[in-house]
Amino acid sequence: MSATGIGAPVRRKEDYRFITGKGQYTDDLTRPGQTYITFVRSPHAHARIRRIDASAAKGMPGVVAVLTGADLAADKVGSLICGWAITSKDGSPMKMAPHPAIANTKANHVGDPVAVVVAETQAQAKDAAEKVVVDYEVLPAVVDPAKAQAKSAPQIHEVAPGNTIYEWHLGDQKAVEAAFKGAKHVTRLDIVNNRLVPNAMEPRAAIAEYDAGNDSLTLWNTTQNPHVARLVISAFVGIAPEHKLRVIAPDVGGGFGSKIFIYPEEVVCLWAARKVNRPVKWVSERTEAFVADAHGRDHVTHAEMAFDGEGKILALRAKTIANLGAYMSTFSSSVPTYLYATLLSGQYEIPQIYCEVDAVYTNTVPVDAYRGAGRPEATFVVERLVEVGAREMQIDPADLRRRNFVKKFPHQTPVIMAYDAGDYNASLKKAMELADVKGFAKRKRESARAGKLRGLGYSTYIEACGIAPSQAVGSLGAGVGLWESAEVRVNPTGSVEVLTGCHQHGQGHETTFAQVVSDRLGIPIENVSVVHGDTDKVQFGMGTYGSRSGAVGISAIVKALDKVEAKAKKVASHLLEAAEADIVFENGQFKVAGTDKVAAFGDVALNAYIAHKFSGQELEPGLKEGSFYDPTNFTFPAGCHICEVEVDTETGQVEVVAWTAVDDFGKVINPMIVEGQVHGGIAQGVGQALLENTTYDTDGQLVTGSYMDYTMPRADNLPSFRVETTETLAPSNPLGIKGCGEAGAIASPAAVINAITDALGTEEIAMPATPAAVWAALQKVNQSRKAAE
Amino acid sequence: MYAFTYHRATGLRQAGNMLGKLEDSKILAGGQTLLPTMKQRLASPANLIDLGKVDGLKGIELKGRSLVIGAMTTHSEVATSPVVQQAIPALAELASMIGDPAVRHMGTLGGSIANNDPNSDYPAALVGLGATVITTKRRIEADAFFTGLFETALEADEIITKVSFPVPKKAAYMKFRNPASRFALVGVFVAKRSSEIRVAVTGAGASGVFRVPAFEEALKKRFSPKSLEGLSIPATGLNSDIHGSAEYRAHLVGVMARRAVAKAG
Repeated sequence: MSATGIGAPVRRKEDYRFITGKGQYTDDLTRPGQTYITFVRSPHAHARIRRIDASAAKGMPGVVAVLTGADLAADKVGSLICGWAITSKDGSPMKMAPHPAIANTKANHVGDPVAVVVAETQAQAKDAAEKVVVDYEVLPAVVDPAKAQAKSAPQIHEVAPGNTIYEWHLGDQKAVEAAFKGAKHVTRLDIVNNRLVPNAMEPRAAIAEYDAGNDSLTLWNTTQNPHVARLVISAFVGIAPEHKLRVIAPDVGGGFGSKIFIYPEEVVCLWAARKVNRPVKWVSERTEAFVADAHGRDHVTHAEMAFDGEGKILALRAKTIANLGAYMSTFSSSVPTYLYATLLSGQYEIPQIYCEVDAVYTNTVPVDAYRGAGRPEATFVVERLVEVGAREMQIDPADLRRRNFVKKFPHQTPVIMAYDAGDYNASLKKAMELADVKGFAKRKRESARAGKLRGLGYSTYIEACGIAPSQAVGSLGAGVGLWESAEVRVNPTGSVEVLTGCHQHGQGHETTFAQVVSDRLGIPIENVSVVHGDTDKVQFGMGTYGSRSGAVGISAIVKALDKVEAKAKKVASHLLEAAEADIVFENGQFKVAGTDKVAAFGDVALNAYIAHKFSGQELEPGLKEGSFYDPTNFTFPAGCHICEVEVDTETGQVEVVAWTAVDDFGKVINPMIVEGQVHGGIAQGVGQALLENTTYDTDGQLVTGSYMDYTMPRADNLPSFRVETTETLAPSNPLGIKGCGEAGAIASPAAVINAITDALGTEEIAMPATPAAVWAALQKVNQSRKAAE
Repeated sequence: MYAFTYHRATGLRQAGNMLGKLEDSKILAGGQTLLPTMKQRLASPANLIDLGKVDGLKGIELKGRSLVIGAMTTHSEVATSPVVQQAIPALAELASMIGDPAVRHMGTLGGSIANNDPNSDYPAALVGLGATVITTKRRIEADAFFTGLFETALEADEIITKVSFPVPKKAAYMKFRNPASRFALVGVFVAKRSSEIRVAVTGAGASGVFRVPAFEEALKKRFSPKSLEGLSIPATGLNSDIHGSAEYRAHLVGVMARRAVAKAG
């Protein structure tokens, strides 16, 4: 292994510019003649818009334009769409309601844009926005997904009676019922997977600029997938044809899924920029982000697991109501279906699974993919059922898991996925050793002496990454393919630019992708640049989400590198005057096998461009190759997380005192970056389990609308993590990469709650397990204990 | 933020005059609550009078049996002052628990108590220690200074200049943080002086800081956590929100009080 090749913990190349303040985020950019836009947002969760009086606002200083939903409709700007079609059990299509970028007749959630003001300065735009008078007829609202389908619930969209978007299912219901009939033990759980606000460090932003001379538009935008944004904005919203719209995603400070989606704000900026013929800039404020960025999770589930007398799982069934909020966001429909139910087999051999999912509209911010997207919800269901089942049957929870692990690969689950490689025993065993599970009883006694309860919880999770084979996702309803593209451009001096359709917003691609190239071509990592995030530079790509950039994006680069090497060998054969078949490429040098004739990579690159040694009939000059890589399977990262908590019984405060993570990510390119990804993921999962409590009141007001009430995880909420890996290579891609970006967030909530319930001796604790909630649960335990006595 | 006029005061009398005469004016004394509130357009004073350049408002001094701290002294200065750490370590510790480093380096004692946020820490220390607030006009006992939610006894043109804290024999502050804001969900300051024992609670009360006479009486008999065992306060009049019910807060007052007494030793 070279110091900068595959497997080396190379320091991140991009960090110099970030930590010296030289990053270029959207808000850092200023265009000549730039104006500022402010969104007037509905203060009501559900309200008919009777009339908008913009006259006072139009007269305010510096105002360039005040625009409403009626103006947007008059210009025939299309609706935002959800790009994944889900079909209900009865064969009917999902009920996708129109989603105008500015609400025209009715506002459907607090924060729904109802008008915009464009002005010379941000302050002027804000001042004028306050003068836009909107006459609302306030309507009753529904926020609770479990109540959205009730007859008495207010109807949000005409197209969706009972607020039901789809009633979907997966699996063999009859076979599952039969399996439950034969069960010796059934574990039942009611689970709420709490709604989360993504909170990337950089709030969303957009600048749109119109070039009247060419009738073209440029959008600088905080997006995880600039090409997908361009495609949707062109093909569906109809703002500009694809070749007349350039989307640039400059440095982006975190996404976690929330920047995948195509939102009203960037559409309105583009539309307004053409209308006022000046650049239009929008930068979200944090408070605005709470009601403008898609939220995550929000499932209500009843789940049951059937066991035989030996603790072997016979079947699992689950009924989930998924809250998609007021509108269907870009990929919202896929999250509680094909990214959720397909993972309900966990790491286990479960002969039968049946899952029903009702997706509903409510008067809340739209819900879409958030780090893990469906897989944390699935893992929580499976890992809670297994843990509670073990306690009920009085079987050691690790032992129960071992009895049910999938051990032979490939393994076809009853819910679509075909696991291709893994060793679940290995990660469990290693994690148990590192976590000193043997010493837990002693530690528990020590905690008890200090008046505290101690608990230990497992989560042996699986996820499907490397999303995904295009044919497969197409057959499941995806509106796009999910391959990735790469282009490797070797310059005459031997330095290399790698163009990728992935986008980095914290993942460190500029380092890891360069490591792959450095390793393969034997050139210093400094000689490799990674180019991404601009539709004018990279022809097409699907972007970054779902832990796909390693497994899919790097695989595309490897394929392009194969082609570069093949072409370079041809050049080398002319340069070294040898047969092409005799040329070998080793350590950055082309050699004639069995001789001492050698050409350095740089010499070959130069000769490819000067083309003095071969004729145009023999070989094209240049050294630049591209590839489109379409995966043949998902990848299946898996592992074991063990969480240990201490509970202060007087206050209900839970302290996470130890954390062990052993993950199988397949081939690891940069272990330091991978560890960082795991740390961040765990922090977000602990946030969900202990802290993050998105709360709407019954009127649909977001109670947790700022950091004064929405609890983000902080360093002192977390212990130092023990993070290790095991390795089974993913057979479906050239390097055997599985993906690591979401694992921490997927694994950890179940581990935390399993540890807390172990400590408390009650399963009656929901996420987030805040001090007040834990204290209340302890009061209940004490009361029932007293009653029993 | 709305537009406003910024005034840099150079003397206390001038500042007091401006405060009395300028319409809709506010003192800027660190601004760690005021400025974020203004940025969110939740407050819109027309005039801000900055005390940052007024001489004589900063400093920490031990005068006889009292610790006197200037109103514009930052939380960080109180937290790290050897004089405070020596005289009233509980006060230094309390200051070290306010907000985050940025807040502690800008926020001031006077600014904090004039704002009287019901979840802030200093009111518990002032009432717990029986401090005296010294203003441009008079001396106000802490018990009379905090009059309600974000309300104080200060008159419209009155400015706090310093606070005098009697040095106690024993004192401790225990803070149970709101998980989100890190303000006090419940903070209890316990102090023992030769003459009296005080237990002051912040965070829990619907009208701000309050004392717990029942706890004080019990501790007079014996200054020990055991004296408080089985004692609690009624939940009526306490805050109830998504972070904790009134019952939970009432319970925490007992827990934090016992822990504070134990810590005070």
